[in-house]
Amino acid sequence: MENTIIRTDHLTKVYGTKTAVRRLNLSIRKGEVFGLLGPNGAGKTTTILMLLGLTEPTSGSAFIGGMNCTRDSIKVKRMVGYLPDNVGFYPDMTGLENLYFTGRLNGLAEPVIRERAQALLERVGMEKAANQKTGTYSKGMKQRLGIADVLMKDPQVIIMDEPTLGIDPEGMRELLSLMQELSRKDGRTLLISSHQLYQIQQVCDRVGIFVDGSLIACGEIGELGRQIQSQSHYLLELSVEPLDDGILAAISHIPGVEAVTQEGETLAVQSCADIRPALTATLGAAGCTILHLHQRGGDLDEIYRLYFEKAGEDRHENSRDHANTGKTGQPLAGLRGKIRAKLRKQGRS
Amino acid sequence: MQAFAAKFGQNSENRAGLKALYRKELADHLSSRRFFIILLLIYITSFASLYGAMSGLSEAAQSDGSFLFLKLYTTSGNSIPSFASFIALLGPFIGMLLGFDAINGERMSGTLNRLVAQPIYRDSIIIGKFLAGSTIIAITVFTMGIAIGAFGVLGTGLAPGLEEVLRIAIFLVFTCVYISFWLGVSILFSVICRHSATSAMSVIALWIFFSIFMSLIASIVAGAVYPMSNDWEALLNSYGNYTLELNLNRISPYYLYSEAVSTILSPSVRSVNVVTVSQLEGAISGYLSLGQSLLLVWPHLTGLAALMLAAFAGAYVGFMRQEIRAS
Repeated sequence: MENTIIRTDHLTKVYGTKTAVRRLNLSIRKGEVFGLLGPNGAGKTTTILMLLGLTEPTSGSAFIGGMNCTRDSIKVKRMVGYLPDNVGFYPDMTGLENLYFTGRLNGLAEPVIRERAQALLERVGMEKAANQKTGTYSKGMKQRLGIADVLMKDPQVIIMDEPTLGIDPEGMRELLSLMQELSRKDGRTLLISSHQLYQIQQVCDRVGIFVDGSLIACGEIGELGRQIQSQSHYLLELSVEPLDDGILAAISHIPGVEAVTQEGETLAVQSCADIRPALTATLGAAGCTILHLHQRGGDLDEIYRLYFEKAGEDRHENSRDHANTGKTGQPLAGLRGKIRAKLRKQGRS
Repeated sequence: MQAFAAKFGQNSENRAGLKALYRKELADHLSSRRFFIILLLIYITSFASLYGAMSGLSEAAQSDGSFLFLKLYTTSGNSIPSFASFIALLGPFIGMLLGFDAINGERMSGTLNRLVAQPIYRDSIIIGKFLAGSTIIAITVFTMGIAIGAFGVLGTGLAPGLEEVLRIAIFLVFTCVYISFWLGVSILFSVICRHSATSAMSVIALWIFFSIFMSLIASIVAGAVYPMSNDWEALLNSYGNYTLELNLNRISPYYLYSEAVSTILSPSVRSVNVVTVSQLEGAISGYLSLGQSLLLVWPHLTGLAALMLAAFAGAYVGFMRQEIRAS
């Protein structure tokens, strides 16, 4: 594809016995906002460092704008801006001086540096603090100065590592709109790594989900949701009043219902089709009040929960999930295993 | 030819990054509180030593009246050490202060990440730091050396001759190399150690080892290899014992520097090694010319320069091979 700007080809990085990134094949189009999502330690930062030529891949290669990231790292770094997590500045220099310094490192002409630094500080809303030493800046201010710093070299590609970490909600909103502006208005390509999914999904065109060094799912958010929706299994969380055996029997007789399990006050209903219309009709006829009804497994929330909360747990946990599939006692765990297996398959293909 | 031009173009861009880094480091040092402390320390000790030298000068002049101006740098009086020995002891401190957090400080504050993401070669960072530190050292050393001379002229009325000026200039160059060695060592530790406190402690430990304990170890080892416990052993082993101790001591840059400087600043020093009585027979007592003094300490100068380069090379290789990530 000619408008692919970032491409990785079986990119692998091994630290000792741990594989940080495993045969990553990624392609990001020009002008796209791509979200690299994954829990801590999934290999996101390692991937980014390899894209910038700061870490050598164990095998495979990465290309930005057709240039090899490891061999031509200077040329790559000329067109790629990188905002590291926990971005730091020289505390004894003012915000403006820090930007000047970055401009000089990029070999820009002095008048260009001055003009651009001023304009960028205004753009990120930092013109008031321009002549303050950065040692006095708050985290949010540093983040905004960091974006100005990245833009000093006028990059075509911007890579941000955990940009939303430790930012207050107001700062977050500004940051997200700035990201959108960078992509839509300036036409820059953005690669954003994060584990905070809600914020990122608002601005991303596509996301890749990264767990344990492997990309397990990649695509538009809606598309990922549909992949889950098309599962044969649906799971409803339900609580009704009154709850008795008659109601349970009535529910289990609805066509499509495979199993009904009672977990305290809530019922888990497993089915092979969307039974919500039939269910509400049945319950209405029986004179029950529906207190809570929630379809699980079909929304992104569920995908995220599965991958991000569970990624810390080991693989044997995963295989236990597989073993549990089909047992009515733990329908949630079984489903989780299935989704995981399915996503893994898609990630590979 | 085209490849050469491309290569050359690349180099000039690299130099632009190096220049920016060098200027920034220089400005950082000059405006830092740390540099102010260094300057204060050096000023106080230098003027104390000058005061001591001036009060001890008349005594020294009675025993040997030549090259009196050089004695301003080497004479100790009122139990205040001479300028040369002060610098030998405290000079490393300048190098250490300038370099102990060069790399890990940047790493900790998160600026290293940002720096390496700029289109510069990675070695520009460490080269820029070393060059800027060396420049600061040269400025400090030469201003102090010249200031001592100037105040010496004002205070004593002595006018330095050409040879004396040259000897002082060589002494100051030696001092720059010596202190730059310590800068290199401290940058090396700042690459190895995660925290700047650890690197500062390590380099201070090394400094104390070289300036105090090395001579003890040298004499113990020499005594073990060439024992001199009775007259017979002393007769057989004294030459070997002394030579071994001397050579072991010369591993220490402190000793190497002190020996070289005392030779350069005192033309009456005729040899840096053991001289037997038979070798001295028929020798005419006199001063060595500048060329001969320099010839005597040429190995010291190359040794010190090699040590400095080795320390910096270690830091360079360590930094280039290191993972950049902060965690």
